[in-house]
Amino acid sequence: MSNVVEKKNQKDSHMEEKNYITTDYTLKSWFITKDHKRIAMLYLVTVLIFFFVGSVAAGFVRFELTSPNGQFLESETYNRMFTAHGVVMIFFFLLVAIPAVLGNFLLPLMIGARDLAFPKLNLLSYYLFLGGALFGVTALVTGGVDTGWTFYTPLSSMYSNSQVVLTLTGAFIAGFSSISTAVNFIVTIHKMRAPGLTWFRLPLFVWAHYATSVIILLGTPVVAITLALVAVERLLHIGVFSPEYGGDPVLFQHMFWFYSHPAVYIMILPAMGVINEVIACFSRNRIFGYKFIAASSLAIAALGFLVWGHHMFVSSESYYQAAFFSLMSFLVAIPSAIKVFNWSATLYKGMIYVTTPMAYAIGFLGLFVIGGLTGLYCSCLATDEHLTGTYFIVAHFHYVMVGGTIMAFLAGIHFWWPKMTGRLYPESWGKIGMLIIFSGFHMTFMPQFIVGFLGMPRRYHYYYFAPEFQIYHVLSTAGAGVLAIGFMIPVVYLILSLKHGAKAPQNPWNAKGLEWEKVDAVPTTHNFHEIPVVNEPAYNYSIDDEPPIEAEKTRLGVVRESN
Amino acid sequence: MAHDAAHLGKQQVYEQFENIDQQNESYLVGMWSFLVTEVMFFGVLLFSYVLYRWQYQDYFYTIHKLLDVNMGAVNTVILLSSSYSMVLAVHFAQIKKRSAQLSALLFTIGCAFGFLIIKYFEYSHKIHAGLVPGPKFVWPAVDNPELMANVPASVAQMFFSLYFAMTGLHGIHVIVGILILGTLSFLVWRKSSLVEDYMITEMIGLYWHFVDLVWIFLFPLFYLMPR
Repeated sequence: MSNVVEKKNQKDSHMEEKNYITTDYTLKSWFITKDHKRIAMLYLVTVLIFFFVGSVAAGFVRFELTSPNGQFLESETYNRMFTAHGVVMIFFFLLVAIPAVLGNFLLPLMIGARDLAFPKLNLLSYYLFLGGALFGVTALVTGGVDTGWTFYTPLSSMYSNSQVVLTLTGAFIAGFSSISTAVNFIVTIHKMRAPGLTWFRLPLFVWAHYATSVIILLGTPVVAITLALVAVERLLHIGVFSPEYGGDPVLFQHMFWFYSHPAVYIMILPAMGVINEVIACFSRNRIFGYKFIAASSLAIAALGFLVWGHHMFVSSESYYQAAFFSLMSFLVAIPSAIKVFNWSATLYKGMIYVTTPMAYAIGFLGLFVIGGLTGLYCSCLATDEHLTGTYFIVAHFHYVMVGGTIMAFLAGIHFWWPKMTGRLYPESWGKIGMLIIFSGFHMTFMPQFIVGFLGMPRRYHYYYFAPEFQIYHVLSTAGAGVLAIGFMIPVVYLILSLKHGAKAPQNPWNAKGLEWEKVDAVPTTHNFHEIPVVNEPAYNYSIDDEPPIEAEKTRLGVVRESN
Repeated sequence: MAHDAAHLGKQQVYEQFENIDQQNESYLVGMWSFLVTEVMFFGVLLFSYVLYRWQYQDYFYTIHKLLDVNMGAVNTVILLSSSYSMVLAVHFAQIKKRSAQLSALLFTIGCAFGFLIIKYFEYSHKIHAGLVPGPKFVWPAVDNPELMANVPASVAQMFFSLYFAMTGLHGIHVIVGILILGTLSFLVWRKSSLVEDYMITEMIGLYWHFVDLVWIFLFPLFYLMPR
């Protein structure tokens, strides 16, 4: 596989063949495509638009909080703003960002398949997503929702006067998009691996997506029907959560968190998958403890379904339930820590090249460790009684979900950008962007840990009762500004690279894996000229390999870090 | 592989698959994965049902007498017969007896319509009796006011919420089933190459059996409550 001559030949003989982008330029060819790579690109553009919408909402929230009495929004509008931020970011960005973009693009390439098992279903999932998003956006422009992204009953089912039903419908439909993607992934991973690609030779990215798909399969239907029940309760008075009928509104919370806690792992597991690939490549080292990492993905998926009660320590849970869920939540730390230690061990005695994807991956490690460790404070009953519903929680889940998922998303986008677009991005700008995002992130959320610990409740519009909190809110808002600038940098240079970037060679990082070694610089529509046969383990790196820096030879990349 | 494909007919192998076996196995894994999501879908409602029945067992027992057990029983028989005809349809598809397959499918669709018609009479009776939860709920129920007077209206509304939610979701699945079976029958009638292979029929069969199975749970849970 590492035979350079063979690679060169392969490249030459297919030089003129059209790749998946150049095969057809019409808009129609994009919108009815069944090619998983094109669908991934459609998803990429769509989720970035939603990331922007969600960020604008976050901007309003942050600006509003710079004064103890609010700046210019009505409290009602403020509620709708943070709900919009939560709903858009979670349902229309984080849950799909990595699986639907990178997962869609890479899964068939990594396992040596010509496409996902059900290409039409894949396209359908995109349009379901778009349909769900359309409902979400309609709800947003016709007044928004004020229930918070959690839609707790009976506020959502009886009292709220906002566009609850529209939003629920949007989330419901988007759920089916997730489900179709998950079914597609599971079938593809089970049935379409190339000859010789045994389960334990799969890239860990694939394992992570497998675990994610299992969570989606078991969790998403639950939340879908739960949200649908809230909607019929509002519309038709068929209410299983209704206290008027002797029902239990807390039942909603159980069912909601039964999905929505595992949903965190839907966001973070694919992120961890990306990190495996990037760290192994740029430390030129086999991943340490492959089987443990693979198994820990499954363990996280399984344990993830047994911890939902930790969102409800103060919602009429019995002591025994609370103790159980607390214990289970602590247990999740074990597989998570296995991953972090194994990644650190992979770095050890590796030949480390700090390229942009690697910088993001290392940033991920830092943020995820902080997010994960503060999670322990939240799973411990005694401390959580104090911390629940404060900005400490907000900071904690942003460290995990944003710090984890977005850092990994950016790592993955940079790592596979040459494969996705055939262009190289400018390394120096890449690193500048990473540094700004990384520091902006800490500036935004570190003060929230402190102010939350001091007692600032989340979702409050005013804090005139404690004006001393203002300094932390101002710091956090300033950080959000830095973060915003940081996010613009990659958007700008990545778009520019489409036109001005140097052409990427087939394997710019000298990385292992079918998507680098057996696929053209930009894949053709059917990915492989012939289905590859795999006869070596994943991550067959060694520090004697050629450096991963094709980029160095180009004008754009100035990257070399002498170890 | 090649002789298998020949044996199964000349159904198109889509370009992402290596051969017909891989394609068919993928279809089956996909279908079962989908059915897992369906189980979780109904699981939520079953869980709510269990919770509230455990809480209000005596009341629920009294209220369930308002449901027409005969109609429920007839519907059970209808759906079980449709399951049998569905099995036949799959069998005939495997041995390529197209006209027999078509009649079995049409019989299944007929059963599904029969089920919905009886459901329609049940629902309209409940609606006329004012048993739809909400501000217009009539309680004690007109059918048996003395007996029902002991039951709080709130619990009765919970019972009927569960009843309408669960049988309603099941009814939606039956309607979807009719659409899918109708499309399949059309394709079989037109001798489409899509249904050259039996796998499509088999998958739709799995779906239909699942819909039956849900009813097999719903019928005793609502109509046959033990004291």
